[in-house]
Amino acid sequence: MRFWGYERPDGSVGTRNHVLVLPTVACANHIAGSIATLVAGTVAIAHQHGCTQMGDDLEQTIRTLAGTASNSNVYGVVVVGLGCEAISVQEVASAMRDSGKPVRVLIIQERGGSLSATADGARMAMDLSQQASMLRRVECSVGRIILGTECGGSDACSGLSANPALGWVSDRLVEMGGTVLLAETTELIGAEHILCRRAAGKDVEQALMAAIRKTEGRALASGLDLRGTQPTPGNMEGGISTIEEKSLGCVHKAGSSVLQEVIPYAFAPSKRGLVMMDTPGQDIEQLSGMVAGGVNVVIFTTGRGTPAGSPIVPTIKISSNTALYKAMRDNIDLDAGTVLTGQDSVDSLGQKLLDELLEVCSGKLTKAELLRHSDFAIHRTGPTF
Amino acid sequence: MDVLLIDPRDNVGVALVPLAAGDCLRVGGAGLRSLGAIPFGHKVALRDIPAGEAVIKYGEVIGRAKVFITRGSHVHVHNLESLRGRGDLA
Repeated sequence: MRFWGYERPDGSVGTRNHVLVLPTVACANHIAGSIATLVAGTVAIAHQHGCTQMGDDLEQTIRTLAGTASNSNVYGVVVVGLGCEAISVQEVASAMRDSGKPVRVLIIQERGGSLSATADGARMAMDLSQQASMLRRVECSVGRIILGTECGGSDACSGLSANPALGWVSDRLVEMGGTVLLAETTELIGAEHILCRRAAGKDVEQALMAAIRKTEGRALASGLDLRGTQPTPGNMEGGISTIEEKSLGCVHKAGSSVLQEVIPYAFAPSKRGLVMMDTPGQDIEQLSGMVAGGVNVVIFTTGRGTPAGSPIVPTIKISSNTALYKAMRDNIDLDAGTVLTGQDSVDSLGQKLLDELLEVCSGKLTKAELLRHSDFAIHRTGPTF
Repeated sequence: MDVLLIDPRDNVGVALVPLAAGDCLRVGGAGLRSLGAIPFGHKVALRDIPAGEAVIKYGEVIGRAKVFITRGSHVHVHNLESLRGRGDLA
């Protein structure tokens, strides 16, 4: 089984061919956005971070920005800095995975302010975008897919229809040599024993349990009932009563493959097969962590409905019930509610989802892309000073 | 099928249509009468569940009964509590 992708100098494969305009600090957001507005084929990512951070929090922010720029769906990058911030453009550029892609650096304070910095950055972006436009898709093995799995705005149907169908796709991809990321550590609380049984080794099991204990420990240390926020009010309206129930539905996304590795937030997997990334359950922080870790496509299941999409990675949206599909057809790519009515089995819907995945990896635009959803958020682990 | 039994060990079923009080249901071969309105996707007790006992769905523990839950009742946040991430009990 094959798809049409963009081969990168480092051997990775992109499903998209964006030029990314990346601010390293919130102060550079506006100019990065102006550059992307001027130049076709470019996308800018705005964020609130990049200065007066330290320790693990600083490192994680740098890793997320550099990982995003390193993603195989990005042809080249214009990194935009202000010039006096804690996270310098050089730091982000040097933290990027050695991908061999073109990187241009723009520092606003060295360019004489907004207008000239925007013009200089636009010329850099024009050059990269024209180079990118000359690349052609080539036939690639399905094993080159790195799939991010996500569920957000879940309801009680998510664990019965959309997540099992996604699990079916996850298993097929792993069988064909691909990589599948499971994340949302919070939403594994109460389902950890299922994954522990499938851990590749004692070390993987210990890493999984450590990630879950750390997340649950934060809830316990708060002195509050986690149920104040997880499950969310929408989850509860959709019939989910406890975090355990939510997790037992979520874990279906991972199918039944062996868990090869547990990696920290925004790290790239070092193994193929099923890998777990330690992220919060918050949808956009999770999505951004997986994108920074190198996923080149995402399947996102939802029972309540969400328009979310990554700016650089196609995000395929699956509804868990047909009422949602009808209500939010502009946002949902495929309906899994047919599993509940018996029109589809998990296997037959899984096959449709796999076909859709290969179409999207080969260039078909998702609803989130068509509507230019461009969501990005970094999981912060410390305060700003 | 109006109510789904996911696993034979479960003591709750999932309403696949909105249920009204008095609806007669067949779940896993047994008859059951709904005691109240139960929205789509929500849980109905398939057996009496004494307070403190585990509530089972997917064949796994999803929490415990806060009060005695009568067979046919809506099972949700008012009568089912989580056992995890309970900083309020720590």
